[in-house]
Amino acid sequence: MEQGTFEVKVGLAEMLKGGVIMDVTNAEQAQIAEDAGAVAVMALERIPSDIRSDGGIARMSDPIMIKNIQKTVSIPVMAKCRIGHFAEAQILESLEVDFIDESEVLTPADDNNHIYKHDFKIPFVCGARNLGEALRRIGEGAAMIRTKGEAGSGNIVEAVRHMRSIINEINIMSTLSQDQLMAQARDFQAPYFLVEQVAKIKKLPVPNFSAGGIATPADASLVMQLGAESVFVGSGIFKSEDPTSRAKAIVDSVTHYRDADKLAIASSGLKSAMKGLDISEIPKDQMLQERGW
Amino acid sequence: MVNRVGVLALQGNYNQHKRMLDVLGIKNILVQYPRELENCDLLIIPGGESTAISKQIERNDFRHSILNFAKTNSVFGTCAGMILLSSSEEVANLKPLSIMDFIVDRNAFGRQIDSFSGDLCLEFDNTDSFNGLFIRAPKISQLGKGIKILATYKKQPVMITDGRHFATTFHPEIGGDCRIYEYIIGKINE
Repeated sequence: MEQGTFEVKVGLAEMLKGGVIMDVTNAEQAQIAEDAGAVAVMALERIPSDIRSDGGIARMSDPIMIKNIQKTVSIPVMAKCRIGHFAEAQILESLEVDFIDESEVLTPADDNNHIYKHDFKIPFVCGARNLGEALRRIGEGAAMIRTKGEAGSGNIVEAVRHMRSIINEINIMSTLSQDQLMAQARDFQAPYFLVEQVAKIKKLPVPNFSAGGIATPADASLVMQLGAESVFVGSGIFKSEDPTSRAKAIVDSVTHYRDADKLAIASSGLKSAMKGLDISEIPKDQMLQERGW
Repeated sequence: MVNRVGVLALQGNYNQHKRMLDVLGIKNILVQYPRELENCDLLIIPGGESTAISKQIERNDFRHSILNFAKTNSVFGTCAGMILLSSSEEVANLKPLSIMDFIVDRNAFGRQIDSFSGDLCLEFDNTDSFNGLFIRAPKISQLGKGIKILATYKKQPVMITDGRHFATTFHPEIGGDCRIYEYIIGKINE
């Protein structure tokens, strides 16, 4: 019997495809997410838009809050640790969360190194803006990639940019010869064997989800049609006027992401979405997507 | 005779089931609407999150169509799909279809940290063991009369049939070993 292997870790990521992973800050919200049909919840103390407006250092959540959520729902429970903070990750592993998000939404703990994720039995998800960043994270052991977008912005433009970058770069890889792939691995600062694998299978070696700015059923459909295999919704649900209806609508829109008639129904009568930010309103040093190396 | 397989594509790992069928050269479609069951003679319900798939079965009026389909055709459920085929008790957010006479415990091994892979014994093929992947897997807790065990892991049943329908607690769609599909399709064609 083998546990904690890369195959077993990626296995859970595969099961979460075609679904929605929702940020929740307490057991009550987790229940709303499960009732809506979410495939997993991300337990965190403050959702990204509040982290953004509150300022200060954002850290791993209180274990008591994570445990309460684990007791409440049967779907997988994920939690975030700071970039490079392997001690927080060890604590999350001891809590037996189902997935750890080494996340740029929290304040980075190491400005040079990410966590060596192969050391853990629990799978990790990491953010990426382009193929090189995705392959560096997979090289360190990430079992799932999510495009970063701009968390807490309620603005889909960055999520779209990052998904298009990754898909375009994968397409380019598939046209390159061996010598060019080696040069590409050098430019990406990513392992050659992963670059070679992407060129061959024409996709990432692990599931690729979308995050950072999804606020409406149409946003979810957009990123799914661009190539996302599932979506993370952070502030988009519980910062909206009617979270219960919006949560269900976004789940339904991922299931039927190509069916405009179903999307029209899902989009109807949802009350207000989160307000959101234009990217130009965010000071450069407060762009969460810049975090990660 | 299996002419066309439908893979229920509401949530979960449906694309990898499709890929295995493509490798075997078996015609298949991803099923998103009840009417698409009409031209299928085997339905695969994939692994994923059982509560999420159950919700979508109800919201998309699949329940009646799948039950009708199952009267004359075969259904094959893997992991979450097996939970849905079972006669386990209805709980909040999960309404099993009671197509097969057995009961499961969900997430019976524990959380993801307890997920594992291991060598299975296939009752129908003793040439080589099968690498079974168990992801937050269910465990069969009770088998009805007329249920036959097709594979075991450490003497526990992990693949079963009632003669028409099939279910596995593991994920035959992951990895490159097609024997589970070949066996099931061969059995239906007999």
